[in-house]
Amino acid sequence: MRGFYSRKIHSLLGVIPLGAFFLEHMLTNFAAVEGGASGFTDSVLWLNSLPLVFFLELFGIWLPLLYHGVYGLYIAYQSKPNLNRYNLERNWRYTLQRITGVVTFIFIVWHLWDTRVQVALGKVEHDQLGGVMHNIVTQPLLMTLYIVGIVAACFHFSNGLWSFLISWGITVGPRSQRVSSVLCLGIFVIVTFMFVLSLVTFRNDEFQTAAVAMQSLRSFI
Amino acid sequence: MAETAAAPKNVKFIITRQDEPETSPYTEEFELAYRPGMNVISALMEIQRNPVNAKGDNTVPVCWESNCLEEVCGACSMVINGKPRQACAALIDNLEQPVRIEPMKTFPVVRDLVIDRSRMFNALKRVKAWIPIDGTYDLGPGPRMPEKKRQWAYELSKCMTCGVCLEACPNVNEKTDFIGPAAISQVRLFNAHPTGEMNAEERLDALMEDGGIDGCGNSQNCVRACPKGIPLTTSIAEINKQTTKHMFKRWLGV
Repeated sequence: MRGFYSRKIHSLLGVIPLGAFFLEHMLTNFAAVEGGASGFTDSVLWLNSLPLVFFLELFGIWLPLLYHGVYGLYIAYQSKPNLNRYNLERNWRYTLQRITGVVTFIFIVWHLWDTRVQVALGKVEHDQLGGVMHNIVTQPLLMTLYIVGIVAACFHFSNGLWSFLISWGITVGPRSQRVSSVLCLGIFVIVTFMFVLSLVTFRNDEFQTAAVAMQSLRSFI
Repeated sequence: MAETAAAPKNVKFIITRQDEPETSPYTEEFELAYRPGMNVISALMEIQRNPVNAKGDNTVPVCWESNCLEEVCGACSMVINGKPRQACAALIDNLEQPVRIEPMKTFPVVRDLVIDRSRMFNALKRVKAWIPIDGTYDLGPGPRMPEKKRQWAYELSKCMTCGVCLEACPNVNEKTDFIGPAAISQVRLFNAHPTGEMNAEERLDALMEDGGIDGCGNSQNCVRACPKGIPLTTSIAEINKQTTKHMFKRWLGV
């Protein structure tokens, strides 16, 4: 009984609110592609101007993330992958779902440390986040790690949607599961494209001015 | 082809053996003369008649279980060349050599290839995979089943509780208590039956207990491994739907 509900909550939280926030994050980042540094800053500031933003973050992101992540690690631990016996597409996705889950969890902790935690510590202001990202993605190693983390997160999200539809009994027959596979693959491609494009945009020099301003501010303090 | 068939040919077997449930497994090789149409069971029978291993030493015959020899009882399920399947339906002509034979280690090994599949039958008891019709008086005929439904339900009734789907499932292992695909599919079968439907919620309750349907991780190996071609993943998704509905109904008190 307890297992049934905890697994159902895990599955639900992955889509609402975490999946929803994931897409929101993608749109915020994409503002950098469309509107440049100022567009991105406006987008970040708008998000942080939402009413009760602290509680939105607490109940919409941090607590669901903690539950989904920790319980997810337990699910990953419980699995015994057998790709050597069943080298099949669905079995690959099952295994990758667990691997990307762990990778994404580690990546998110790191990314949160770089951004939200620094804001909380008062070292960075919201309008300087573009500069923070510029400093990260202009270093080839960190850029590579960010791309790995982002692709893992995009896969975990898209394939998670596919299995969510099964776990809640929405796609039942083989045909609907095949169709949802194609749709989720499409979502994976679009989401990955948008995130990576934003990441590449953060390399532009216009974000550097923000970074320089921040550094001078830091040395000033 | 005629020349190769005429030439004397040997078939090599590498069998994983285990003397006692608690002792560690080891492998033993056997080499048998090829015979047309031979399968893994007939090879094991040959070893039983003449228990000599590939080195020429006398050995204890290999133990295995089998009954029907036509892939309907499930007793001779074992891992052949890495895939769990019925030994009676494993023709040597279709197998890569040497033929590697192991017990299905998801289950407790009793001896050699003999395993204890009790958990399969306990699972059927847990989910009440039957239709209660006994009473103190004649209850009369039950409701009729639509022919269309009978046709797909018949496919589910082909399950022989062989355990291949559990062996193929990455979520059935010593770290979980997942009941496995077979019993979930049987719940779908009995919940589809017009009389069995009357006790549908009891079966769903059983699958919402620990080790129930939440253990499925959608690797979908089961449906590919099932020797009877049972649509196990459709059954699991359908029972996901039924348990989800049941969950909301219970909450709302409907």
